[in-house]
Amino acid sequence: MNKKKRKMLIRIIIAAVLLVVLHFLKTDGWVRFVLYLIPYLIVGYDILFKAGKNILNHQVFDECFLMTVATIGAIALALISKSGDYTEAVAVMLFYQTGELFQSYAVGKSRRNITDLMDIRPDYANLEEDGQVQKVDPDEVEVGSIILVSPGEKIPIDGVIVEGSSYLNTSALTGESVPRSVREGDEVISGCINTSGLLRIRTTKEFGESTASRILDLVENASSRKSRSENFITKFAKYYTPAVCYSALALAVIPPLVSGLVLGTGFPWGTWIYRALTFLVISCPCALVISIPLSFFAGLGGASQEGVLIKGSNYLEALSKTRTVAFDKTGTMTQGVFRVSGVHHSIYPDEELLRLAAAAESYSSHPISKSLREAYLSLAGGEGTSPEDLISGDQVTDVEEISGHGVIATFEGKRIACGNSRLMTRVGAEPMDCHDTGTLVHVAVDGRYAGHILISDQLKPNAAEAVQALKKRGVSRTVMLTGDSAEVGEHVAAQLGIDEVRTELLPENKVEEIERLLSEEASASGGKFKVAFVGDGINDAPVLSRADVGIAMGALGSDAAIEAADVVLMDDDPLKISKAIGIARKCMRIVYENIVFAIGVKLICLLLGALGIAGMWLAIFADVGVMVIAVLNAIRALFVKNV
Amino acid sequence: MKKTYKIDVDCANCANKMEEAARNTEGVKDAVVNFMTLKMKVEFEDEADPQDVMQEVLKNCKKVESDCEIYL
Repeated sequence: MNKKKRKMLIRIIIAAVLLVVLHFLKTDGWVRFVLYLIPYLIVGYDILFKAGKNILNHQVFDECFLMTVATIGAIALALISKSGDYTEAVAVMLFYQTGELFQSYAVGKSRRNITDLMDIRPDYANLEEDGQVQKVDPDEVEVGSIILVSPGEKIPIDGVIVEGSSYLNTSALTGESVPRSVREGDEVISGCINTSGLLRIRTTKEFGESTASRILDLVENASSRKSRSENFITKFAKYYTPAVCYSALALAVIPPLVSGLVLGTGFPWGTWIYRALTFLVISCPCALVISIPLSFFAGLGGASQEGVLIKGSNYLEALSKTRTVAFDKTGTMTQGVFRVSGVHHSIYPDEELLRLAAAAESYSSHPISKSLREAYLSLAGGEGTSPEDLISGDQVTDVEEISGHGVIATFEGKRIACGNSRLMTRVGAEPMDCHDTGTLVHVAVDGRYAGHILISDQLKPNAAEAVQALKKRGVSRTVMLTGDSAEVGEHVAAQLGIDEVRTELLPENKVEEIERLLSEEASASGGKFKVAFVGDGINDAPVLSRADVGIAMGALGSDAAIEAADVVLMDDDPLKISKAIGIARKCMRIVYENIVFAIGVKLICLLLGALGIAGMWLAIFADVGVMVIAVLNAIRALFVKNV
Repeated sequence: MKKTYKIDVDCANCANKMEEAARNTEGVKDAVVNFMTLKMKVEFEDEADPQDVMQEVLKNCKKVESDCEIYL
């Protein structure tokens, strides 16, 4: 709480105490009037002052002006009618100020909360120059400089590790709590926290272009892209206040005139002016105007805490209406890395066949050899003998690589042939077919067929679950767009439970497909529902920007994806897609709740006020109470952990 | 040219008013006030001088909301 707010709080307390004291003091006439004027002025002098200034600046429909007219009017009525009931006017001012104080406190607090969540801005960099290390502003570090990051420090600038290994805490960026292991040669991104070892990093980007700066920039600008509901509220507020003010004027003048001139029952000015003043108290649009952007801001902040960056309130809104989701395959739903997915028809134990194949291929640098080796290492890991020894190069001799066929090598006295079916025929073995899709590596030992190893792109662990989660959220149509063959595409889609597949697409075909989906959804729902596209961001940029909502996955460090996408998932967990939709839905629900609640309560209070059922007390509740509740409700959008 | 300024203002409606006042200032192509981050993003007309324009923007904002501040 800053000085301004503390001063306000003291003024409110003094005025409230005075009001209570005055209530028990038996006074009347002018003495009473002057005594009540003291708390009124203490709590409201700045409002009166501001109202005066605003009139000079031709800003009539300002809430200060409205409060001034309403309270002074109420005091004047009490004075004229000699009722001596000044409490109401003072209380209205008091509650109004309390509400304003609460609002600025709550907004300030959530502003700080959200900034803390995104606390990835590095303050300094340890620059190494001529063997000396000094702390400098990260902005001053040039590309290609060497920086040091000690344990506990944030990596300030994107770069490549030249020395050291460590575990990085990426939770501020990705929401992922498991630390990431990095070592020499790995690329690291700014905003991660180094948890264990000292790292020497050669920077590859300027500070302003680094991941941390870009993400901060994105989050800060996100709430500037206003959604339709926000624009609606801004417009509504613009017309609401004048409309209520004119109704107040009409309410003060017309009924008494009708009563006096038409019905001949006298001119009850006092009653109707009081009702008109009640109107003025309700006319302030603040509850609406504050709660809607605050809800969006909290929603965007909560999402970024979960590793979901949404580039604007408008995309949050579109995301909440998503009913069709199109996916890219490789890298999005699959890992984009080739792995051994099965060993079939082996005459040896599976592990042994893998060992033989890995040994035979140990000289090759082909990705498939690498995946064989990795598969064996992970199978044999932790079994006493170091797996590297078993397949190290020196036990493998007479290596013969036959291009377009495979490899033949001698290992442990056996002649091992490892390759495609043509190689098998060549060494006189009978290759067996596989019922699964993927790349086959056949193995023959001493001319006898020994089985085959199936290598395929692996599904991401959560991919099938992610599709199910989307369906549970009411996404009725899922489509996979892939450049891969029909066989592989259909197989993957079936495994994941995706409804439709379009295969063998070139990038431009993908754009055409997404356009078709867009127009189909638009004509089916009349624009009510939206189409999202999920891609890995590298070659999907045109498709990402064409869809209603472009979602880029695992896009950390990929500039093109951050540019083109509307929503960026910072790690590559496909489950985050449905989570993002869930967060958006929750946020939009809160927004609608606030709109309906705030407008609803105000309209009801206006009606009750016009009928004379509600007095100023209820009016001030309609103003301040609704605002407090709406603000508290808005802050709920921040809590999205279990959405 | 676009520039971002830090601002200080108490209520959301006042921020909206500032935004409109800034937009209607000569030399300003577009302006967005973000109440949540307390920032004003101003896009200037090509030939305008940001320094002079911002003085005008500040004056106009003060007119609609006397309590506001723009840190130039």
